Amino acid sequence: MSVLAIIEHDRGTLTSASLGVLTAARNLAQQMNTTMEALTIGANADALRSVAAQYGATVVHQAHHDALTDFGPEAWGEAAAQIITSLSPQLVMGSGTERGHEVVAQIAARLDLPASMNCTEFDSSFDGTQPLKVVRARWGGSLLEQAEVDAPIKIVTLANHTVEPTEAPTTSTTNVIDVQLDASVLHSIVRDRVERVAGVTLATASVVVSGGRGVGSAEAFAPLEELAALLGGVVGCSRAVTNNGWRNHTDQVGQTGTRIAPDIYIACGISGAIQHWVGAMASKNILAINLDQEANIVTKSGYAVIGDLHKVVPAVSAEIRRRRGV
Amino acid sequence: MKILVCVKRVPAPGARINITDDGQQVDTAFLGFTVSPHEECAVEAAVQLVEQHGGEVTVLTLGPAEAEEQLRTAVSVGAAKAVLVPIDGQDWDPQRTASAIASVVNELESANGSFDLILFGNESADSCGYQVGVRAALKLARPMVNGAKGIEIDGASAKIRRESDAGQDIYVLPMPAAVGVKEGINLPRYPTMKGRLASKKVDISRSETTASVGGLKMIQLQRPPERASNTQILGTGPEAASAIVDLLEELGVFK
Amino acid sequence: MSEFPSRAKCVVIGAGIVGNCLVGHLSKLGWTDMVLIDKGPLPNPGGSTGHASNFIFPTDHNKEMALLTLASQKQYIDMGMNGTCGGIEVARTPERLEEFNRRMTSAKAWGIDSKLLTPAEIKELVPFVNEKILLGGFYTPSVSVVDSLQTGTLMRESAVKAGHAKVFANTEVLDLEVVNGTIKAVVTNKGRIEAEYVVVACGVWSPRIAQMAGANIPLTPAVHQMADVGPIDVLQKTNAEVAFPIIRDMDTFCYERQSTGSMEVGSYAHRAIFMHPDDIPSNEASALSPTELPLTQDDFDPQMEQAIELMEMLGDAEIKYAINGLLSLTPDAMPVLGETVEVRNLWSAAAVWIKEGPGIAQLVAEWMTYGYPHLCDPHSSDISRFYPHEKTDHHIYARCDEHFNKTYGIVHPREQWGTQRDMRRSPFYPREEAAGATFFDARGWERPQWFASNAKLVDKFKDQCEPRESEWDGRWWSPITNAEHLQMRESVGMVDLTAFNEFDFTGPGVVQFLQYMCVNNVDVPVGRSVYTPLLTPGGGFRGDLTIMRLGNEHFRVITGAFDGGRDKYWFTKYMPQDGSVVFTDMSGALCTIGVWGPNAEKTMAKATQNINAEGKLVPFDVSQANFPYGSVRDVLIDGVPATMFRISYVGENGWEVYTKMEHGLRMWDSIAKAGEEFEIIPVGMGVYAVTGRIEKGYRLMGAELESEYNPVEAGLNRAKVKSADFIGKAEYLKARDEKPAAIMCTLEIIDHTSKAGIKRYPTGGNEPILTKNGERIVDSKGRVSRVTTAGAAPSLGKYLLLAYLTPEHAVEGNELRVMYMNELFPVRVARVGSQPLFDPTDSRMKS
Repeated sequence: MSVLAIIEHDRGTLTSASLGVLTAARNLAQQMNTTMEALTIGANADALRSVAAQYGATVVHQAHHDALTDFGPEAWGEAAAQIITSLSPQLVMGSGTERGHEVVAQIAARLDLPASMNCTEFDSSFDGTQPLKVVRARWGGSLLEQAEVDAPIKIVTLANHTVEPTEAPTTSTTNVIDVQLDASVLHSIVRDRVERVAGVTLATASVVVSGGRGVGSAEAFAPLEELAALLGGVVGCSRAVTNNGWRNHTDQVGQTGTRIAPDIYIACGISGAIQHWVGAMASKNILAINLDQEANIVTKSGYAVIGDLHKVVPAVSAEIRRRRGV
Repeated sequence: MKILVCVKRVPAPGARINITDDGQQVDTAFLGFTVSPHEECAVEAAVQLVEQHGGEVTVLTLGPAEAEEQLRTAVSVGAAKAVLVPIDGQDWDPQRTASAIASVVNELESANGSFDLILFGNESADSCGYQVGVRAALKLARPMVNGAKGIEIDGASAKIRRESDAGQDIYVLPMPAAVGVKEGINLPRYPTMKGRLASKKVDISRSETTASVGGLKMIQLQRPPERASNTQILGTGPEAASAIVDLLEELGVFK
Repeated sequence: MSEFPSRAKCVVIGAGIVGNCLVGHLSKLGWTDMVLIDKGPLPNPGGSTGHASNFIFPTDHNKEMALLTLASQKQYIDMGMNGTCGGIEVARTPERLEEFNRRMTSAKAWGIDSKLLTPAEIKELVPFVNEKILLGGFYTPSVSVVDSLQTGTLMRESAVKAGHAKVFANTEVLDLEVVNGTIKAVVTNKGRIEAEYVVVACGVWSPRIAQMAGANIPLTPAVHQMADVGPIDVLQKTNAEVAFPIIRDMDTFCYERQSTGSMEVGSYAHRAIFMHPDDIPSNEASALSPTELPLTQDDFDPQMEQAIELMEMLGDAEIKYAINGLLSLTPDAMPVLGETVEVRNLWSAAAVWIKEGPGIAQLVAEWMTYGYPHLCDPHSSDISRFYPHEKTDHHIYARCDEHFNKTYGIVHPREQWGTQRDMRRSPFYPREEAAGATFFDARGWERPQWFASNAKLVDKFKDQCEPRESEWDGRWWSPITNAEHLQMRESVGMVDLTAFNEFDFTGPGVVQFLQYMCVNNVDVPVGRSVYTPLLTPGGGFRGDLTIMRLGNEHFRVITGAFDGGRDKYWFTKYMPQDGSVVFTDMSGALCTIGVWGPNAEKTMAKATQNINAEGKLVPFDVSQANFPYGSVRDVLIDGVPATMFRISYVGENGWEVYTKMEHGLRMWDSIAKAGEEFEIIPVGMGVYAVTGRIEKGYRLMGAELESEYNPVEAGLNRAKVKSADFIGKAEYLKARDEKPAAIMCTLEIIDHTSKAGIKRYPTGGNEPILTKNGERIVDSKGRVSRVTTAGAAPSLGKYLLLAYLTPEHAVEGNELRVMYMNELFPVRVARVGSQPLFDPTDSRMKS
């Protein structure tokens, strides 16, 4: 009887989402009056036992197998499934990341149990015996779902960034388990890795400087290019721009283009039509530079400058160069 | 090669998703429907692979009769065959959906031979369950990797490229295999007018099936709390440049 | 963002093409305290303007629409927002080619340079069309694409910069407050704002907003499907928004308009798809915008096939964007403009498309400023034109469903509605039906146009019943009309005039009130009548009607079926608020039979009685001596109380005979019986409204009489002007002192023979009157000479046209040309001014 937290790592390096999982799993265990235990997969993650202990895991299970040298969704899932079968925890929690979802899906599939992904809330009266009521994110968080998981072992992932990690150090024991893996689950282990090289894409850039109809021409994008380069970002555009043939469709931000999530989105001369907004709304911050202070983008943005982008944008670049002393 | 792509019919909402009064569904009264975006890319990936290597793309959906529209859309961009697994009313849960898909795939394969690749979307746009593909692949005993941003065929195996924090991971799956595709793998083409007209003539085969209900039950939908927007005007004209750079510094994007 | 005001002179709701241009024009006309609000963001709040295809084909058969479109195009040009690309309407059928001749004629009337193209010539201009399926084209080089969003922004900004307007986007109207029938305030999510004037320029949302004040703007949001397909090489290479002329594939109700690298394909061919304004999704809930709804693909598929047939390259183009776009449709396909009839100072500027937007904004601004527009007469756009049954969803949906597919249709000037018939029937209907009436729709009334029972008379008068060799000329027409006309002039006929409106005004203030409304003196003895124009403040025609004085403080206004709504609004708008005048609409209570002809007096002498001083029932004396022309008497007709009014619109001795609806059928039968020995016949509106009228040169409101023209020009000025003040008096006096810029004339066609060797008969749809050299005749006020009414004059053996001519051309005997179906026919000025050609001294009416 326990709550089992699955620790996500990459070649032994902890991913930040795991801390939230440990914290949330521990809170649930408390509420259920049981213990929180943790699971690491692969010997290369053994060192993470101390982190697990720091966050309150009373037992850290370590799945070992010679083939577990790198991530492999099926191998990880099979390893975890075997351990879960033997431990019979009341609840299993993974991280709400791409890998976390995949491993948890593999576990649930192998145990033929339901799984509830991206949970944001858990029933505070859950004691481990009844079906688990959760709130989970749908539509990338645009909508929430109240759901119920009815199974002997509740399997969930925790939506990322919903729980602030807090430490609760405890003494923990380590339990090394050698798992048996059939060759069929070993195909999907990472075979090779191409380390990230310089250069950012629209989808991954931390800064996007985007232009709309107000830019006026293909040539007039030059100052936007300059500003993006100064900030290590990329240039995007609205549908009106691609329709006018000023830029390629690959630069288009929006429902029919790319959906972006930069740290800051600088929208220049963009009215903020809804189809564009849908692509940009996940940005952490939005700065609109627009002549019209009633423009949609202005009223929806966190920050705005009212003015002619053709004057404002070069002035920003100049200010950046000045501060950098170049 | 033969490729099966499993797609889902989902609404195409705006910036605000309204729900019906009973909280059971998205209010789709004035919304269009589309193929879930990851799966749109999966269809495109399949069509491109067949264009390179020859073969045929089959598209399958489990959904209401109206999901024929999404199957035809897939046909209009290059799929050759379409299979509807009809359901009534509400979405099926992930376990039930995966079982149904697996049993229909078994039927299709026993009739027409094996699919070399079965493509899924990484997750559906609406329910975001992240598991139907994984479950179906296991039932079909196919190796499976999610999050694919690249698929290359190399003889009897499929080389999958996937992004991680550290870079790009490469997986190599022996075929027959299953792959969960992620948006960004390609820029899906739009249907052409001819493609659309041709898609109307394709027969959509129906494969009725049953599967037992799983353990995840949707009780009710709810809207997240509204975020109040309060625009901070940094200034007017080029004089605002300094305030803008201050902001960039504050956000840590300008060092 | 400035603080939301609590008070303004004028609040304009809606920042689409109309609302934006309206604040711009009002600002120019001196309005200094305006607020413009929209529930959506700027510059594109999500209404129909935001997804419009933005092109202008200026030629329209309808004068009002043509003038508004040309005025709009001029404004777009002046603002630098007009890109000329040319446009070609293409024909796949012979009927359409013939229609192009008609369009050439209308283009000529409005001074629009156009020409007919062969398929090869179309191909030269637009190399990617499949000319093999085409029979020809109608090419207008001035067709343009405009930037409606930017135009709106410029107009709005001009008012803001002048300090005349404040703008608030994302401001939703929650309520409109009305006090004592007058608009008081607009309640929004940003606050409440009191306003003297409020304008609803909310496009497809207009009915919903007006409803908040209890006012009705009869329109429905309706789907127009369009798709953007591309990229297409040949278009991309042009590197321009529109390099090739826009193609309107008229016979498939479809257009192809270049949009930089792709082609926009739009359709008016699909089934009519309506939406209720309350159901339009919010900006936030819309995938694209509230008026860009998901394409219902099955409806569009046939259009794609036809588009590919015309332009094969479209087949391989990707469908990048496709919508069910919402636009506004009204039951008669015209805009809805003016002050609402329900709420004072609440105005409508709705059901307006991009091509006429700025012009309509100017027109409404003038209307609000001057009391009536100067740009042109908004006669057929006036919101007050609608009768109650025409403002229902039932009517709106039925009529819009009927006319949607006629957007690119070939619509005959006399074409009749198929839906919403049998809305109003006179009590005589059973007799008319039995007589084989062909019923025409008169705003809900079923009115006999001619009677099959009179077909035998065509043989009797066969030399005077011209055959119409062209199917088009004879459509919605019958030679029986000529025969009915001649029989009436020979003996006597009875005409169902129940569609008339009767408005009773009573009370101590009635004389003063009606004097103020009417040009002519209404203070006549009881039992007499007045024929009078009503003028706009600018001195143009606003109405044209007769008034009976039934008592010292009791007047009855009689006006036609097509102007009842407008006239009712105009009278009640100016009626004193102190209760000194009481208005009663008697239209639904009364029915009317016109009895005219040389034997009318004998017929009515037999039919009528009254009760003499001794209380005895005696025959009534209908002689001119006892009952002179223009007078009104109460009589009994076979025991039915009736009111006879000696007047005529057909130039014959006789009466309009009024009774209560419930007595109607009995009265009809009584008169018919009395006339039996004179071979009385039922006579249709073909005589009353056209042949009888045109022989007498009588003018009709909405045709000859429009606000652009004054009574002097129309030849309806009297020798003296009454001393009492009346609306438009100053301008009327001025007009009397000036030489008229145009004079209403009657013309006769000298030779009907077309190039094809058949005789043609113009239908009277704005055909231009030209000089012998084929040049347009434009007067010093910029008004063009065109046919306002055309029709046979069987008693004269002529075919007549009414038209305003400049003084230079208004000379009897002067030979001119009329263009009809793109051919010139010689015409002669037969009469200048109002004196009739038939019976010039009116001796038949008065003897």
